[in-house]
Amino acid sequence: MSYLEQLFKIFISSFLVNNIILIQFLGLCSYIGLTDNFSSSIGMSFAVIFVTVSSSILAWIIDRWILIPFNLQPALQIVSFILVIGSFVGLVQIYLRKASPNLYKAMGIYLPLIATNCIILGATFINSMSNYDFVESIVSGIGIALGYALAMVMLAGIRERLRNSEVPDFFKGKAIAFMISGILALAFLGFQGIVK
Amino acid sequence: MKKYAKIFWDAVIPNNPVLIIAIGLCSVIAVSNSVKSALLMTFAFSMVQIPSNIIVSAMRKIIPYEIRVPIFVSVIAAFTTIAALLSRAYFSAIYEVIKLYILLVVVNCIIIGRAEAFAYSHNIAESFFDGAGMTIGYGLVLTVIAVVRELLGKGTIAGIQVLPESFKPALIMVLPPAGFLMIGILVGALETYLRRKKEVRK
Repeated sequence: MSYLEQLFKIFISSFLVNNIILIQFLGLCSYIGLTDNFSSSIGMSFAVIFVTVSSSILAWIIDRWILIPFNLQPALQIVSFILVIGSFVGLVQIYLRKASPNLYKAMGIYLPLIATNCIILGATFINSMSNYDFVESIVSGIGIALGYALAMVMLAGIRERLRNSEVPDFFKGKAIAFMISGILALAFLGFQGIVK
Repeated sequence: MKKYAKIFWDAVIPNNPVLIIAIGLCSVIAVSNSVKSALLMTFAFSMVQIPSNIIVSAMRKIIPYEIRVPIFVSVIAAFTTIAALLSRAYFSAIYEVIKLYILLVVVNCIIIGRAEAFAYSHNIAESFFDGAGMTIGYGLVLTVIAVVRELLGKGTIAGIQVLPESFKPALIMVLPPAGFLMIGILVGALETYLRRKKEVRK
């Protein structure tokens, strides 16, 4: 199998087959919390796409050039990943606020939220566990982030329509969002087996 | 002693981290498809929640307010590493399955939230009981969901056959969607209960 095919496989697997929210259940806080408003779900998705991809790159560099050569991976991986990603997100936020106030308004308020979001760290751990090389890590990061965006936008759209429809009393509020996610996850199970 | 019992009890039921505060849901949904994983997850959670509460509380006078969150995170990350290495050493078979979620205890909102909201302003003994209560509250919900899902999905509890052979397992219960459905039903039941309680008071 050629390298390109391999990359495509990784992309589909992280985007659809192992969708980060609906199959792996990471990042549920923002998934349930921010999807009652369509525009905030889009803002959050863009922020997550940007941070996931850049932290996949950062984490790969730390993992391969520092942790593995010095045999520190089991003991220091968690600490170094979270500190580097946290400070990177902080830096981006400060830079955005000065350099482009408009972009900051659209995306900046979500950045502190995702500094400790499970998705970002989850993506880096998945890359490190699967022993992806540099390009593969980036592709898998893109797939994971797009999968997140897809699930966010889908649920936000459905919840927008739910406002005008009658929900059974029992499921009013957050509960209906979980039930919908359950049904969406059921649909996503259909992708299982596309990638071997 | 009574004060400590109250802190403990408050953390288990009235302030249950998973159901009432509705945080830390990721790991609850993900590992609740088998009782064994649920128990290992609770073990890892306790290994992080209790010591990090104690350390944060012990250092609360010397942690500067402005940089408290990075310090909390580093303390929690250190204990997560310990918990992950311990689980890998003693329970390696289950660890391999739920590895990702054990590593991600480090960003569990419950633990950071308790460091910020409780341990940073209370003494060591109180923080210990709060941590213990949170662990029990978390473990209880996780284990209950896991028992239901494993029983219906495989007919077993912690790998031991409980239901008779003639019972056809509903495979869907151990697949991911059922996690969402179970939490949806639990949250719905709880919110309905709270809403009724409010109406009665009026």
